[in-house]
Amino acid sequence: MPSTSSSIAVSSDPAVQYLLRIGDTCLIHAQRLGEWCGHAPIVEEDIALTNMALDLIGQARAVLTRAGTLEAALGGEPHDEDQLAFLRDERDFRNCTIAELPRGDFASTTVRNLALAVFFELLWERLAESTDEELAAIAGKAVKESRYHREHAADWVVRLGDGTVESAARMRAALDLLWPYVAEIFEADAIDEAAAAGGLGPRWADLQAPWRERIGAVLAAAGLAMPAERAFRSTGKTGRHSEHLGYVLAEMQFLQRAYPGGVW
Amino acid sequence: MSDEARAVAREPRASQATGARCARAWEVLAGVLDPEVPVVSVVDLGIVRDVVEEGDALVVVVTPTYSGCPATEAIEQSIVAALADAGLGPIRIRMQRAPAWTSDWIGAEGREKLRAYGIAPPGPAGAAGEVTLRFVPRTVAPLACPRCESTNTERLAAFGATACKALWRCRACGEPFEHFKPI
Repeated sequence: MPSTSSSIAVSSDPAVQYLLRIGDTCLIHAQRLGEWCGHAPIVEEDIALTNMALDLIGQARAVLTRAGTLEAALGGEPHDEDQLAFLRDERDFRNCTIAELPRGDFASTTVRNLALAVFFELLWERLAESTDEELAAIAGKAVKESRYHREHAADWVVRLGDGTVESAARMRAALDLLWPYVAEIFEADAIDEAAAAGGLGPRWADLQAPWRERIGAVLAAAGLAMPAERAFRSTGKTGRHSEHLGYVLAEMQFLQRAYPGGVW
Repeated sequence: MSDEARAVAREPRASQATGARCARAWEVLAGVLDPEVPVVSVVDLGIVRDVVEEGDALVVVVTPTYSGCPATEAIEQSIVAALADAGLGPIRIRMQRAPAWTSDWIGAEGREKLRAYGIAPPGPAGAAGEVTLRFVPRTVAPLACPRCESTNTERLAAFGATACKALWRCRACGEPFEHFKPI
């Protein structure tokens, strides 16, 4: 079979990988939010979900651009934001698995939005003090956006958790469905250690306690219990994804794969 | 926000006086309107941070409002076109992320233009770290309706037709209106 892969080889440098984890989680989360366009329960929410997706895509663009320039600075081949988004295969994506799971019902989307918005708010707060000035500048902007995302998600979690019998049951089901994928976000490894040692950004494990505290406050107000921790660990951050990411990429990357280099 | 950033916020046109070309550029920029809110200029919005001469080029330093604002590129093109048309070229745009843009940089004139256009201007954004974690229960401070000035208003949606706006309604006059979000 002829080799026609147009995929790019990305640097395995820990700092590049750390940035890809951030940029890819923003990007894939945004793709899933974008699926609600035209399908949300009410028009205001349609607009809210796509507004949040737009912020996340902007954040992803900035962080992926930084990752690509860092590759070049490290002596490797430089990649731009588009190459990184459209010309990598599943195994080269570094997003947390929770971002790629199907959007599910509105309860599911709401729970994921809260989990990721609180996480990103904590992460951007810390990244605003990164030794990487460009990343710190990106974070200084993004943290303000993530506050809006978190407030909005928290409003919905409380409204639905403390709502009708049906909405509360849907929220409990969404928590049970998504909770096993939360642990991965805070799983420590060498990439996190390298980022923390070099001042690039925090160990994500260090964000777990404040994350649980903030999420716990919302769930308590919503009358929802935080599910118990389980042994299962997803592994998207290391490139081993669920079966769902390929479908996201197939749709997101189609144009660049079918018409390489195509531009507006 | 650092003290340095606050100084920038208070005095966004620090280098305005450096030469007639820069001064003329600021005048032209005051007429370059935001494509999504076409009554306020890029200067009113505070996104033009500086204008400097570098070699034979005029460099306009621009700070984006939102990470994903789709108007950013259109704004940059409008700036280049307007300055080039005024004979001030060649023009370069330099994107500067830090300090991050805040709605506090919209001056009194810009706020009045927003209000007259039917968009309630933003209140103070508050410095990073000072924002209360308002999980729940949460009430949104009432806004004055830009049409009838009643404060008997309610927020319909936290997000609006563009990244920078939320949707509100006035209970007194019954009109919906947009709110330029404080950020």
